[in-house]
Amino acid sequence: MNTTSDSVTPPAPPRMLEWIQKNLFNGWLNSALTLIALVFLYFVVVSSARWAFFTADWRPVTTAPLLFLVGQYPREQLWRPGLSMLLSTFMIGISWGIWPRYLKAFSIFLVVLLAGMAIVPLETPTITLGIRAAFLAASLLIYAGYLLGRSKFVNARLAVMLWTVIAVLISLVLLPGIPKSSALPSVPTTAWGGLLITLLLAIGGILLSFPIGVLLALGRRSSLPVVKVFSILFIEVIRGVPLVTILFMFSVILALFLPAESRIDRILRALMGMVVFSAAYTAENVRGGLQAIPPGQVEAAKALGLNGFQTTTLIVLPQALRLVIPAIVGQFISLFKDTTLVVIVGINDLLGVGNSVLKLSPEFFRLQMEVYLFIAAIFWVFSYFMSYASLQLEKSLGVGER
Amino acid sequence: MSTEPQQPIIVCKDVHKWFGSFHVLRGINMEVQKGEVVVIFGPSGSGKSTFIRTINRLEEHQRGTIIVDGIELTHDVRNVEAVRMETGMVFQQFNLFPHLTVLQNITLAPIWVRKWPKDKAEKVAMELLERVGIPEQAPKYPGQLSGGQQQRVAIARALAMQPKIMLFDEPTSALDPEMIKEVLDVMIQLARSGMTMLVVTHEMGFARAVADRMYFFDQGQIVESGTPQEIFNNPKEDRTKLFLSQILQH
Repeated sequence: MNTTSDSVTPPAPPRMLEWIQKNLFNGWLNSALTLIALVFLYFVVVSSARWAFFTADWRPVTTAPLLFLVGQYPREQLWRPGLSMLLSTFMIGISWGIWPRYLKAFSIFLVVLLAGMAIVPLETPTITLGIRAAFLAASLLIYAGYLLGRSKFVNARLAVMLWTVIAVLISLVLLPGIPKSSALPSVPTTAWGGLLITLLLAIGGILLSFPIGVLLALGRRSSLPVVKVFSILFIEVIRGVPLVTILFMFSVILALFLPAESRIDRILRALMGMVVFSAAYTAENVRGGLQAIPPGQVEAAKALGLNGFQTTTLIVLPQALRLVIPAIVGQFISLFKDTTLVVIVGINDLLGVGNSVLKLSPEFFRLQMEVYLFIAAIFWVFSYFMSYASLQLEKSLGVGER
Repeated sequence: MSTEPQQPIIVCKDVHKWFGSFHVLRGINMEVQKGEVVVIFGPSGSGKSTFIRTINRLEEHQRGTIIVDGIELTHDVRNVEAVRMETGMVFQQFNLFPHLTVLQNITLAPIWVRKWPKDKAEKVAMELLERVGIPEQAPKYPGQLSGGQQQRVAIARALAMQPKIMLFDEPTSALDPEMIKEVLDVMIQLARSGMTMLVVTHEMGFARAVADRMYFFDQGQIVESGTPQEIFNNPKEDRTKLFLSQILQH
């Protein structure tokens, strides 16, 4: 080191000990607070760990893992949700390869989780060797998909198309089956349950409510009076009603008004309720973004000769949606958690399964803490990775923005 | 050049406009010939920006007629879109699209409106960036450029549609002083290439250098018009004299 470079190099970052001293022990009050906090943390961590590993009785979860996953889906047809899982995990792997930034953490977590589920020792005979093999295969398929997605064989457009095809295939053919067929006998949705229902409702709700919400937001700002009035009425009526009420309306009243033979499936009805509810809130979030776009942007687009549709889709929406990513992802996370409300219209989602598992045996009845914590952990994991992906999305889209 | 009598490319007859009850344009008459460079100046609030924005119907006029390249501006959307394809516009606040790169800003309209293939649009865009002197900025986002560079990109973006007329609405008013020259240089070069230009500006040096005619706006009316010589050396109206003395004393 010579003397001239001393003046231009930035100061070295503080060593860890210095940092600790400066931030945690810079005075008797802070030192005392730090010590109190450490003692408190120690007791919280130790007592939680002791409870989780020694006191807690996890049998409700470990004896009925299949119930939590698929509900009462016929056990002899288990290969269908199994195949759905394999297809989905493979696509998750491909997507990880294409969009590593958003999905890497989630995918790696899934690989480990699925591999863990394949080997975790359980006393219950319901988890057969075949099911364990399926978990292991799903875990490996994520990685296989990742390698494929990372290579140049699959691009983003193809991946989106594949996702669409597979999602339609799973939700409309593979899981419900085809009436009067022997290979794919119909499985009524009353038998579906658990995580399967929760994910179907959440993913279906998000994918359907987003475009509807965007259209409503645009409609609310439309110059056509009919479109505008309809959008405002829809948004304000739905936002003025609790989700529980909407779910009741869709599951009870809709069924009463429609003739019996044209009855819409009850899960579809619940999904419609969720979509309608979420779309109204998405619309208001998107409207906030639309209002933040300076009028000069629209003027510049018009002056270049772009028509109204092009101006909206190429200039206004991309900027508006980018602004409201945090709000929209927040909306999606709350939609995901709100799927638990379908319990009250008799749908056996993750929470519903949790409730019914508690009644499986008199011993389980006092184990509510364990069951609900388990369910909460599942919801937390998904919500966390959603907000993580949103954070990454915000960062990567922030390029070039002032 | 051609000997046949030239039809003016822009004809404005008795153009009126109100914002609510405020009468912002009070009977504007103007004819602009092909290849002419017209400078419009006047105090703020005189309606000059509003007027130039009626030429591509960013503002609707409520009385009178405006005919651009033989197309009358009416409520017919097709006419409006046809006129907007023939006119480029440069704004005071640049109005570049912040979510697109410089290159994408320039190629957007040629690809979507003129339906050019991407290669052709990009080739033309690079030529234009060359012309405004910043080809190396093509992959950047507008937010990474200086104001002068952004305005030059905005000029290139407007030129990419190969317009017959260029409208400039106070193109240098939002710029730091040291960046004004680089934008004016591009505009002077454009004027000398024979482009028909309507420029709202207070840059009297620019007017002196390339304007064919100047219009002084005040209170929604054209107070005086003439060649730069007439306006600078021999203004007839007192209001013009007063305004010029105020902006030229520096």
